[in-house]
Amino acid sequence: MSGAGTAQPMQLTLNVWRQKSPAEPGRMVKYPAKDISPDMSFLEMLDVVNERLIQAGDDPIAFDHDCREGICGSCGLMINGAAHGPMKLTTACQLHMRSFKDGDEITIEPWRAKAFPVIKDLVVDRSAFDRIIQAGGFISVPTGTPQDANALPIPKPDADLAMDNAACIGCGACVAACPNASASLFTAAKISHLGVLPQGQPERSRRALAMVARMDLEEFGGCSLFGECMAVCPKGISIDAIQRMNRDYAFAMATKSDAKEWTGAA
Amino acid sequence: MRWMLQFWDSTIGKKYVMAVTGVGLVLFAVGHMAGNLQVFMGAQVFNDYAHKLQSLGPLLWIARAGLFTMAVLHIVSAVQLTMRARAARPVDYVKRESQIATWASRTMRVGGVLLAVFLVFHILHFTTGQLHPAFSKGGAYGNVVIGFGNVWVAIFYIVAMTFFGLHLYHGVWAGVRTLGVAKPNPNPMERKLALGLAIIVWAGFIAVPVGVLLGIVD
Amino acid sequence: MTLKLDAKIPAGPLAEKWDKHRFEMKLVNPANKRKFKIIVVGSGLAGASAAATLSELGYNVSCFCFQDSPRRAHSIAAQGGINAAKNYRNDGDSVQRLFYDTIKGGDFRAREANVYRLAQVSVDIIDQCVAQGVPFAREYGGMLANRSFGGAQVSRTFYARGQTGQQLLIGAYQALEKEIARGGVTMFERHEMLELVLVDGKARGIIVRDMLSGEIESHAADAVILATGGYGNVFYLSTNAKGCNVTATFRAYKKGAAFANPSFTQIHPTCIPVAGDYQSKLTLMSESLRNDGRVWVPKRREDVGKQPSQIPEADRDYYLERKYPSFGNLSPRDIASRAAKEACDDGRGVGPGGRGVYLDFADAIKRLGKAAIEERYGNLFEMYQRITDENPYERPMRIYPAVHYTMGGTWVDYNLMSTIPGLHVAGEANFSDHGANRLGASALMQGLADGYFVIPYTIGDYLASTKLETVTTDHPEFQAARTVVEERTQRLLSINGTRTVDSFHRELGLLMWDKCGMARNAAGLREALERIPKLREEFWRDVKVPGSGAELNQSLEKAGRVADFLEFAELMCIDALHREESCGGHFRTEHQTEDGEAKRNDAEFAYVAAWEYAGEGKPPILNKEPLVFENVHLSTRSYK
Repeated sequence: MSGAGTAQPMQLTLNVWRQKSPAEPGRMVKYPAKDISPDMSFLEMLDVVNERLIQAGDDPIAFDHDCREGICGSCGLMINGAAHGPMKLTTACQLHMRSFKDGDEITIEPWRAKAFPVIKDLVVDRSAFDRIIQAGGFISVPTGTPQDANALPIPKPDADLAMDNAACIGCGACVAACPNASASLFTAAKISHLGVLPQGQPERSRRALAMVARMDLEEFGGCSLFGECMAVCPKGISIDAIQRMNRDYAFAMATKSDAKEWTGAA
Repeated sequence: MRWMLQFWDSTIGKKYVMAVTGVGLVLFAVGHMAGNLQVFMGAQVFNDYAHKLQSLGPLLWIARAGLFTMAVLHIVSAVQLTMRARAARPVDYVKRESQIATWASRTMRVGGVLLAVFLVFHILHFTTGQLHPAFSKGGAYGNVVIGFGNVWVAIFYIVAMTFFGLHLYHGVWAGVRTLGVAKPNPNPMERKLALGLAIIVWAGFIAVPVGVLLGIVD
Repeated sequence: MTLKLDAKIPAGPLAEKWDKHRFEMKLVNPANKRKFKIIVVGSGLAGASAAATLSELGYNVSCFCFQDSPRRAHSIAAQGGINAAKNYRNDGDSVQRLFYDTIKGGDFRAREANVYRLAQVSVDIIDQCVAQGVPFAREYGGMLANRSFGGAQVSRTFYARGQTGQQLLIGAYQALEKEIARGGVTMFERHEMLELVLVDGKARGIIVRDMLSGEIESHAADAVILATGGYGNVFYLSTNAKGCNVTATFRAYKKGAAFANPSFTQIHPTCIPVAGDYQSKLTLMSESLRNDGRVWVPKRREDVGKQPSQIPEADRDYYLERKYPSFGNLSPRDIASRAAKEACDDGRGVGPGGRGVYLDFADAIKRLGKAAIEERYGNLFEMYQRITDENPYERPMRIYPAVHYTMGGTWVDYNLMSTIPGLHVAGEANFSDHGANRLGASALMQGLADGYFVIPYTIGDYLASTKLETVTTDHPEFQAARTVVEERTQRLLSINGTRTVDSFHRELGLLMWDKCGMARNAAGLREALERIPKLREEFWRDVKVPGSGAELNQSLEKAGRVADFLEFAELMCIDALHREESCGGHFRTEHQTEDGEAKRNDAEFAYVAAWEYAGEGKPPILNKEPLVFENVHLSTRSYK
């Protein structure tokens, strides 16, 4: 029976990035992870290792996490060279240890990008994403009494497409997996979410200009269409979004006389 | 015109420049390849064709200037984007496994450098002749036969063109995507288009050195 | 009773109260708004929507969250949907009906006026969210789609796939980021509130810890809003995010904000059972599964270890169908949860630790075909398989109830202000709208109602009608609060005992689950009240918190939260013990009918229990806000 709790415990070795603070250099450190149940989630495995580290008087491994059900986007680990690990459409918190074999050595690293500086161990600063949203990832509608929700019919395919892109959890796996450390998929997903909806039209050009400018300012790399982002995205967001972003951006550049104002370019 | 400079300053702008110049260069490459294949129609036809191109006069120089400009823009934006990508990840992973990126996409940069070196060699080899053992102005057919008579040179051409094919396979699809002209689609046409074009161009180009090596052209 | 609980419910007919009140409230001159500083703690639906809206109005807002981005607040995990009395289905819905369903669903322990207002503004929420670009599900004609949900006979739930909470939160987050960019809101991510500061009896600021540098900071303001969510994590295992905690509202409680109905906890029946000791959280699966799944356990204890397929039909106990023939597997949340616990307590639970019951789809698959089941529940089955490695198409699912939501919270009046002037509390953190039990798809509604449409009005009234001296963080009260926080932090770090924070949290959680969980009784609660102080004493003597206070220290963060849970748990048990009745999520085994149904005691307990802190080591003081029902008739719920 493959039922929970009956599988044999596994003996693993972790190879983890340890870095005390942003200023100090980090290094990979090996830890044994003994008697790990295949039914544990990856983060529960780290919990167990941490409990043992604390008991032994060591500093536990810091990592971001919160909801542990794959929706908040807090967790983000490079596991054996893959963002969020070996399982597709899955965040690290939803990855289970049965994806590994007894005796495996598992390499765990933080997201690596200049725009995501390491804070401690596996914790990185992803505030660049918030700043990209601040640049224009919204519809300017103050709280009040807008028209009735059904006054604006939206074709189902458009609503579905918007939802596909709105599903982004802002975890940063796209940046982490991209050979260029590009934030194109994240930025494009928001531009697509709002850009395909009728509510998003008035600010569509401005949004594309401002968000792309901010993305560049945060020192992310450009997009080479490797497709790695799409492969690791836990929500399966398609690089089609990037095409939409490019189109919106080029169109806005060519047609907006006030482009400078929104891109903030010199 | 200021917007163009601003556009050029953005990553997407540079990708557009790469895509647009890429389209121009691909069109040239296709024409060049078609021209090359006349070598299989005999010395007379090929030399006449070469002579016709040479006698275009100012038009030839305009074309050369255009190609040169496109190549420079293509390379400059590629170099700048590559530097940007390097800077975007100052500390690399100990381990990073490619998920779905094609080998073609991952060799764009190294292949691009190889192609740039190849271009310089190729011009000095067949256009100006400095690197050719027995260059004869006006004797294009003979130049080809003698030039590829050196096995190593022929292999270099074949390798370079193989990278060119790979470059096209990723470049054409990425360019079409970057320009945003094709409709987003889960099974994109542009993938097949890129593959077909890459195979045709690759086969067309290597046909000549292969033909010389096999003695079909002599 | 020492507090004077004035709910400040406006006079007049129920339907006119809010409009009348809105007119009567004082306004702040637009030019003066920017001179007022408002602190919002929490960036979930209630916090983000309040912060964004107040900033749009012109106030000077500071917003704090412990996550690395306001987009990660736990509102994001809500799956099902959001209720609104739009009556788009033409199926007879109305503000009055949503009001009634909510009051009844809450087992008549909520305040009429608040619930009516909630139903009123529910329609505005949908309009607002659609305008923001929230991609709600649509019909082919382009109109909004609806689904039905438990506790209602109309179809009034709006949804965005299974990610409604996420989409609503991202809508509020985007509005918040827009205001941050404009300069109206200053955002403090990775900052945790550790103390509330009162000056002249009014809430005037907070003490926070910068979780990256460890620095203890003081922030002064003219009013403080707590939108810090629920305290389900007192049970350690719950469907809440790991970071959810009671610290902000508990600190406020210790400063004088009465805490209402702390024992009112909602247990969700269809969660994935605990798999082992290492378990860190529980995952909820949509209740819709019970539409086609049949719940059963073996009739005989000796069968629990057997493969379910080897247990013949005759040896299975479909206990919900047996006990509640008319509602069967669709019995309400609290009833289904308790029945599962009873079966497991009887030794007939299945799976690890005997804490699970089967939810069997074999009949449905036989009747409808695998394809139909896959279409309805495919994503849930996939999620279940990912977590348990069992294929629910071939083998019945195992489910078990889990703590999901807390109806209790800081006591607030009609203006959402606590018993501390200037301290407003919104969303799950307050107690106001759900009584003893919350209906599905109503949490999102309440969070956004409070943040978008209630607090922005009522806080203006407070600011316009209150004389507020200028206060800076140099004030002695700030210094004192800061010292308290610093000493507490230092104390946690200096114990250097032998047990980890998590081990204490687990032990507390297990105790609370056993004694103050789905079913409570006086003996168990008394036992818990004896054991909690002992555990707390052991914690302060033997906890091991590694590292220092001047860095990112996740163990220290946890330690502070668990220390508060260890005190708060006692308050929960006291409340559960005092309420000698069963109502909604609060089930006292002593108070049940002969058939095992909850027995409410309206004569003695139709009130809100607002507990007042009486000082260290002293029992809390009970204050009662009587609940007056003028518009609904108190009835008994029956699902037989």
